[in-house]
Amino acid sequence: MGKEIISVHQLSGGYSGEMILKDISFEVRKGELFGILGPNGSGKTTLLKMLSGILPLHTGRILIDGKNLKEYSAKQLARKVAVVSQHTSQFFSYTVKETVSLGRYAHQKGLLQSWSQEDEKVVKTVMRQIGVEAFQNKKLQELSGGERQRVFLAQALAQEPEILFLDEPTNHLDLSYQKELLDSLKRWTFENDLTVVSIFHDLNLAGLYCDRLLLLENGKIKINDVPNEVLKEERIKEVYHTNIQKHPHPTVPAPQMVLLPDGAKQSFPFEINETMLEIHDEFITLKSPIPLRTMSSGVIGSGTGWHRTFVNRHVSKDYNCRNHREEMATYLKGNGFDPTETIGMMTAVNLEDVVYSYVDSDDFSILVVITAGVGNAIDCSKAELHSYEVVPGTINTWIFVNGELTEEAFIQSIMIATEAKTKAMNDLKIRDKITETIATGTSTDSILIAASQKGKQLEYAGSITPLGKLISKAVYDCTTKAIQKSQMRKRG
Amino acid sequence: MQRLSIRKFLTNTYLAYTIAFLFLIISMIFAISIGTVSVPILTIIQIIGSKLFAGLTYDIEPMFTSIVMNIRLPRVILSGLVGAALAIAGAAFQGLLRNPLADPYTLGVSSGASVGAVLTLFFHLSIPFIGSYTLPVLSILFSFLSIFLVLIFARQIDRAMKVETIILTGIILSSFLGAFISLMIALTGDELRQIIGWLLGSVSMRGWEYIKIILPFFIIGSFLLIFQAKELNAMSFGEERAQHLGVDVRKRKFLILLAASILTGAAVAVSGTIGFVGLVIPHLCRILWGPDHKHLLPLSILTGSGFLILADLLSRTIISPTELPIGVITALIGAPVFAAILLQRRGRNKRG
Repeated sequence: MGKEIISVHQLSGGYSGEMILKDISFEVRKGELFGILGPNGSGKTTLLKMLSGILPLHTGRILIDGKNLKEYSAKQLARKVAVVSQHTSQFFSYTVKETVSLGRYAHQKGLLQSWSQEDEKVVKTVMRQIGVEAFQNKKLQELSGGERQRVFLAQALAQEPEILFLDEPTNHLDLSYQKELLDSLKRWTFENDLTVVSIFHDLNLAGLYCDRLLLLENGKIKINDVPNEVLKEERIKEVYHTNIQKHPHPTVPAPQMVLLPDGAKQSFPFEINETMLEIHDEFITLKSPIPLRTMSSGVIGSGTGWHRTFVNRHVSKDYNCRNHREEMATYLKGNGFDPTETIGMMTAVNLEDVVYSYVDSDDFSILVVITAGVGNAIDCSKAELHSYEVVPGTINTWIFVNGELTEEAFIQSIMIATEAKTKAMNDLKIRDKITETIATGTSTDSILIAASQKGKQLEYAGSITPLGKLISKAVYDCTTKAIQKSQMRKRG
Repeated sequence: MQRLSIRKFLTNTYLAYTIAFLFLIISMIFAISIGTVSVPILTIIQIIGSKLFAGLTYDIEPMFTSIVMNIRLPRVILSGLVGAALAIAGAAFQGLLRNPLADPYTLGVSSGASVGAVLTLFFHLSIPFIGSYTLPVLSILFSFLSIFLVLIFARQIDRAMKVETIILTGIILSSFLGAFISLMIALTGDELRQIIGWLLGSVSMRGWEYIKIILPFFIIGSFLLIFQAKELNAMSFGEERAQHLGVDVRKRKFLILLAASILTGAAVAVSGTIGFVGLVIPHLCRILWGPDHKHLLPLSILTGSGFLILADLLSRTIISPTELPIGVITALIGAPVFAAILLQRRGRNKRG
């Protein structure tokens, strides 16, 4: 990061008489993408107007590249700073090129301000960069809101500024253009050392793209820090007076805020139990009336998500496992399941041998469904002795919880269920055929935890918590019974 | 497709100037030629040629020379200058206020100038040293004052200075000043018909004297404006946007308002209030040749003068030998155009 290009010292001011901003001090470094956030009326636009020299300051001072803002002439400032406002009115039908060309105003000299080759070159380049070249001879009125926004961005860039101020730049843009614009801004900060100061309404976009964020509340700085620090759940709830939840972005290390609709928490009498289970020759299904929060290692729908149909499918022992995901998806579709809403697992075990158990505690309950076979039981501590070979799963564990689980509880549920399964195998003296030691599982076990996220809040699922106790007991019992059933069938 | 090619054809800058210039020349020739005594076109060219180039002499009837040089030519030049001044002032007001409905008349600037002119004419005022220029100077002063009054008042009503607010304020000021003028006239007890004739605008029987009065102001005002063409372009996107682009808005706005007031004041001083020229001509030029003020301003000068020359021709021939005030003709053409622009704007607002 370079040196400070904008520094604001104890800035106060607003419109005639009314003080909107109070004692604002911050600095922006060269090449930064700096976001300004805040609820409506917090003074974001006022701040930007003062930074760009439109509104006079009441007290304090603003230094742009070390020089007081007041000492810049309009033209000097325009060569340093360009602004893209939220709305730009246009009453006359200028063409796109005429509009972009106006961006060169500050660079033209002399009484006649003649148009130089340099001007023409810059205008052509920015029009190509922003992608407005194709309609350069069109009139502004003929363009869509998003296209017009881009024309004004091109106009601002034609000023060849060192600093770009933007007021909600993504406001009129389609999703793809939002991304494109922000990607470009980010790239220019790297490539051209452009400094970008932008107001954002969308906290998530701000969190994804900005190097630092300034959060305003009632005209004062609430916090000025990196996105992860600024976008704290409690802080945003407090400043915006609304219910949101913070989640990590699935692929980028950036915080994401999600809104929680008020209706989401309404409970209605509903419970997952064994009556919803359907056992057919070829598959076992459970259809939930509402989507359940899931964490699973199924063939389809693995990871975390929301699903409402659960399928455990019987396949023959010599099922060809190459391309199994695709094959499974086709199979699900063929049987009338929507793969996007379904978690699918496979087993070679005879589905008649399924064992399930519904247990309830005071104010929550669980349903455990297990199919088990131990044909390729493995002692995981000696797993290096086994060659890698994918065969259809043999112990598939489903745990449905009628309650609200935290992410922590999800993970603890998986741990406790695995421990219970291992304990059952241990007690049944199931051996790894190669190492002749006690097995801990099979090579292709699968697990699913699905919670209704309604009713009682269950924060933890460790072994001595109420939920942990229920899960370990039920999984141990069911696994034991299921293994015994399959062994009986084998012995015939 | 044909429409597009016509548009392209008209957009060509050189062609635009050629068309506008030809329009002006043809209007002038017609206006000098037609009247109770009709002067052949060749004679007109000969007369003007012999006046311009001392060496040329033709055998011309003295009556024709007298009609052309003493009556028709000054009248045509005066109406041309007034039309040009009003049109370029209108174009500047429209660009500055981002408003195709603005013109010296709707903004109340003409009325302001009238007050100045009426004060001078009916009270026989004469400022020492400037003598015959008292009339335009006072008109200009009053038009400048009135545009500032309108803008200050409009800002008080609505910070965003919406187009409609400015127009409404202009109309209110116009009515007020109109009443004020009527009061002055009633108090001086002069002949009513003559006064109303003056108020509705006329370029008849003014002679070369009046051309001398308007010409310097026309030249100063027009040059001032033409040098602000880029700034006007920037300001048609809003004053904030213009500031961001590097325009010194306060200074430029003052210059533009000053120049437009000079033009309006001088035009009103010599011809009374002629409405709608400043509205219709810039609008027409913008439709034909685009909104770029670099060309819009000079083209408005050419087209505006041609238009007012033709309007004057109509006003004195349509119910000949009686002369209509020229303002009647321009209002008859201008008011429907004003209505059309208003409707078009409404339509656009609804869609947008």
